[in-house]
Amino acid sequence: MIDIIGKRYWYFALSLLVIVPGLISLALYGLPLAIDYTGGAMLELRLPAGAAPSSEEMIGIVRQATGFPTADIRAQPSLQGTLIIRTREMDAATQARVMEALRARYGDVVLERFESVGPTVGAEVTRGALVAVAMASVAIMLYLTFAFRQVPHAFRYGVAAVLALLHDVAVVVGAASIFGKVFGWEVDALFLTAVLTIIGFSVHDSIVVFDRIRENLLRYRGEPYERIVNHSILQTLDRSLNTQLTLIFTLVALLLFGGTTIRQFIATLLIGMISGTYSSIFNAAPILVVWEKREWRTWFRRPAEQPVP
Amino acid sequence: MRNRNLWLALIGLLAVLALWVDFTETRIEIGFLGLQREIRTVLGLDLQGGIQILLEADVPPNQLVDRGNLEDTRRIIENRVNALGVTEPVVQIAGTRRIVVELPGVTNLEQAVNTIKQTGLLEFVDAGATPIPEGTTIRTSLDLPITGTAPVTATPSLAPTPSLTGTAEVTGTAPLSPTEPVYRTIMTGRNLRSARPQLDEFRQPEVAFTLDAEGTRLFAEYTSRNVGRYLCIVLDKKVISCPVIQEPITQGQGVIRMGFGGTLADAEALAVTLRYGALPVPLKIVDTRNIGPTLGQESIRRSLIAGIIGFSTVALFMILYYRAPGVLAVLALSLYTALVFAIFKLLPVTLTLPGIAGFVLSIGMAVDANILIFERLKEELRAGRDLAMAIDYGFERAWPSIRDSNISTLITCAILYIFGLNFGASMVRGFALTLAIGVAASLFTGIWVTRAFLHVLLDRLRPGVHRGWFGL
Repeated sequence: MIDIIGKRYWYFALSLLVIVPGLISLALYGLPLAIDYTGGAMLELRLPAGAAPSSEEMIGIVRQATGFPTADIRAQPSLQGTLIIRTREMDAATQARVMEALRARYGDVVLERFESVGPTVGAEVTRGALVAVAMASVAIMLYLTFAFRQVPHAFRYGVAAVLALLHDVAVVVGAASIFGKVFGWEVDALFLTAVLTIIGFSVHDSIVVFDRIRENLLRYRGEPYERIVNHSILQTLDRSLNTQLTLIFTLVALLLFGGTTIRQFIATLLIGMISGTYSSIFNAAPILVVWEKREWRTWFRRPAEQPVP
Repeated sequence: MRNRNLWLALIGLLAVLALWVDFTETRIEIGFLGLQREIRTVLGLDLQGGIQILLEADVPPNQLVDRGNLEDTRRIIENRVNALGVTEPVVQIAGTRRIVVELPGVTNLEQAVNTIKQTGLLEFVDAGATPIPEGTTIRTSLDLPITGTAPVTATPSLAPTPSLTGTAEVTGTAPLSPTEPVYRTIMTGRNLRSARPQLDEFRQPEVAFTLDAEGTRLFAEYTSRNVGRYLCIVLDKKVISCPVIQEPITQGQGVIRMGFGGTLADAEALAVTLRYGALPVPLKIVDTRNIGPTLGQESIRRSLIAGIIGFSTVALFMILYYRAPGVLAVLALSLYTALVFAIFKLLPVTLTLPGIAGFVLSIGMAVDANILIFERLKEELRAGRDLAMAIDYGFERAWPSIRDSNISTLITCAILYIFGLNFGASMVRGFALTLAIGVAASLFTGIWVTRAFLHVLLDRLRPGVHRGWFGL
């Protein structure tokens, strides 16, 4: 029999190994917030074939048309062959002037996308996001405590599920920070949607394992808690992996063939889903065991007696 | 037995109905129910291309916006937008102080913004020695496109007329009815730079205004010559107020005193009218989004391909891994897809890119219920139960985890939906709604439909044999 619970501290260590670099990046570079949160304007342009201006040239044109200082204008090509210009908030008349200037210089420039968000809206979005995550966590914790009311310490299951959920949020947010630095990812309103979906799935996964523990606790009374949890994990392992596989299939299909504007969204979901399955098996259930045995009492006292680092 | 066939017939009927809805674009009318509904796919702006503008009441953040005023404002904007000739414009109140305008298919942002922000025509007219009562509709020397089929002549004036926009078109050929005086327009709202309410040194309310260069010149010239006479403020040919000129205004700055009994609220209302024309609630643009039509089409095409590929891989996996039940699950999944899309068209749900992502994702989730059940089924079979028992146990034992996990997903959807409006864009809501519909539908197809299918298959099989069909 595979012993997952016995190696729980190794799995916690693996989680930390993934989370800590992300958190360090978060502390150093922060999150690459998009204009949805910070306010500002974004123009996505498709230039006629052959026109390949340098960023400096673009910035020069935009600066002349808008009167914004150079520091407020950024231009970069996207992976889809379009050009993205970001500036501070811009009104319609200014946007029209920019397009006019670009068309005068490059001919038939197509405006694929234009967004301009005021700073107050951005602040509201951020606040709304935090409220939503907090609300979702509390609601799920309450529901789980209710759903597991027949087993002893029902509250622990809610807390363990939320801890696993926070683990997944930490993984995804850390990844967003790193990818923001490396690949120029942006955290936009869709990222928030992705995080909330991941929360939903993470709990979904934890519940399937917990449900088995609930069932086995009633069936094998008197067995050590640790063994029941381990047995439950193994019993649900096939299902966890198969569900994960089907999700990965659909997400990879969306990633490869889906709309380019949601590619980051899908990639975020993919990372979160994998983390979600991992955390429900290797974190959420073991946390229950740690809690049951109150292992924190020996964490710092006598390291010699600890089973694993 | 009979019961089972009834189930199958119902499922079949549902499938036919769903497919019919999926592949028709029509209007249905069910007379005796008074039901009328257009069946069609509603595409969001990100798929169709178009413009979204978020307007916010331009008042201090702590000041409440009157709901009725906001609704009036919304209606005025809707009228203005309708003039653009857009197929299906959406003008909605969002929250307590915002209005969302969505213009599908429109590409010219500047034109759209100008249409929305266009103010009523504000004129300052020369009323001569007697004030005109408030609310009177008058004719002015400035020709309006709306009423202006008949050319108008300027009233003869003793003072040399400064050249005004609009008077250039005066032809003087059409005779004027003698009963209707035409008042001379000094300047229009275009020349007004700002207007705000304030209290004077005696704590009397007044509106302070400033003019641009042209306005300053026009006003200086006119007021110097007409002290003691009346100047009327006219909005869309309707007199709003007729203050008397107390002294010449030459520096482009002046005040309109509200007079005896005037309140600060009156001053505020007048200032708003001066600044924004007819809108009861002053608005500013806080968010604009513009999606080109090609990007939208490309997104639809790609989502479709992704959906087909995602569906096929999941189907292939299920059949290879779970064999006979897998085939049934794929059948149930096809019904699921047809059903959900039919619901989208019937409600209707506006499909956005994240919405489609939520839908495709829910296909993956819909399978999860089946996987949970089939894994249980296999366990029961391994434990030596016969097929009929194993199927019943499998469903029964898998149910609590299916229920709890789906409820938690629905909780997340609900929170996303409730707070989605705060996230500025409606796409968060679209995602939550499609995911929630998907979860609900998957409970139906994943459990009841698959179960009915399994039992039908069982009736045709001799228990004990064909274990290989279940991937054992």
